Amino acid sequence: MKHLIDIMELSTQELEELIACAEDIIANPAKYAQACRGKKLATLFFEPSTRTRLSFEAAMYELGGQVLGFSEASSSSAAKGESVSDTVHTVSCYADIIAMRHPKEGAPLVASRRNWVPIINAGDGGHYHPTQTLADLLTIHREKGRFTGLTIGLCGDLKFGRTVHSLVSAMSRYEDIRFVFISPEELQVPEYIKTDVLEPRGIPYKEVASLENAMPELDILYMTRVQRERFFNEEDYVRLKDTYILTPDKLRNAKEDLSILHPLPRVNEISVLVDDDPRACYFKQVLNGKYMRMALILKLLEVKV
Amino acid sequence: MIIGQIKDGIVLDHITAGRGMEIYRILKLHELDCTVAMIENAESVKLGRKDIIKVGKVIDLNFDILGFIDPGITVNIINDGKLVKRAHLKLPERIRDVIRCKNPRCITSTEQELTHEFRLTDPARKVYRCIYCENEAPQIIK
Repeated sequence: MKHLIDIMELSTQELEELIACAEDIIANPAKYAQACRGKKLATLFFEPSTRTRLSFEAAMYELGGQVLGFSEASSSSAAKGESVSDTVHTVSCYADIIAMRHPKEGAPLVASRRNWVPIINAGDGGHYHPTQTLADLLTIHREKGRFTGLTIGLCGDLKFGRTVHSLVSAMSRYEDIRFVFISPEELQVPEYIKTDVLEPRGIPYKEVASLENAMPELDILYMTRVQRERFFNEEDYVRLKDTYILTPDKLRNAKEDLSILHPLPRVNEISVLVDDDPRACYFKQVLNGKYMRMALILKLLEVKV
Repeated sequence: MIIGQIKDGIVLDHITAGRGMEIYRILKLHELDCTVAMIENAESVKLGRKDIIKVGKVIDLNFDILGFIDPGITVNIINDGKLVKRAHLKLPERIRDVIRCKNPRCITSTEQELTHEFRLTDPARKVYRCIYCENEAPQIIK
């Protein structure tokens, strides 16, 4: 039985198949409207999330399936002290597939170990969030038409941002990729990303502090939020928080075909004035996330359309 | 100082000096009903100084635990006064319930029945990571 806990469990061929399936769903939605008829998706959200849960639910509804679940731990038996394993075993009696978000890292792996039903990791603490990476990858593929020969800038909180780490790992499997890490010193990409992911593959990267200086060479700009709670003192946060606000002014030197991505939610790191720029892709990314979740559900349920 | 040879048993040789008692405790050698000798700071051509443990009977050893704690250890099995087997340890691919994950965000911090399991991710640097959260394991010996 297949699960999706970490994006790196998917081979590049499997990723291509998922992207091809998502593209076919986009082109022929009616063909898939009853694909999961009679199937149920359980969304077990032990911590609140609006967009990911709604995206999974919309995905299943558009496949003709049904959805059940809970949206916070307090409304589940976890509040009574039930183990993840028991909760998932119970829910597997009602549902054919489970999408699970949990504040503890590794909880979806625990849920998947007994192979009751396919488990999709919808985020486990600061660890993995593979379906966000699927959304990122479909967006890159749709905007650029390829995964090779790209210079990817990642900007903001590169230290704690799980989506950054997953995207770097996933993209590092392709040819002729370069990374530009744009962050304050306090939030630089972790050492293990460099030593375990990039350097063994000989992937060029550089770490810079200025978004404006990096801008001209970028094909993709992946923005993230600088989070107040990561700083030890308010002064540092205040000093740094506005450094990486993307404005139309900062895009003056950007390529015409730059693609701007953001996992959302944003706070103020992308000015709303950028939203109408044709290079802004972050709301397309949300939609792409739903299509990739549809493709993933079909794959894990082994539904042929 | 002279400690006699054993007729049947196990000699754990080339233990990193100062680690002998830790291994003694982890292997629960104090629970055995046979003679156990602990030699600390013995002279060693290879290591300069080393610890040695001699156990007066053949017992089941968890080589994975030993390999994780101190991969340089040599295990000698003695039978009827003769060396019948010599094993050089290596870093195990996985270790279970030897050390605990210290990451407070790890699922093992709240679910008590889970095994604490680590896998070797970087043999050169002897890095083990928790299979659940990927936090780096606390190191016993580098």
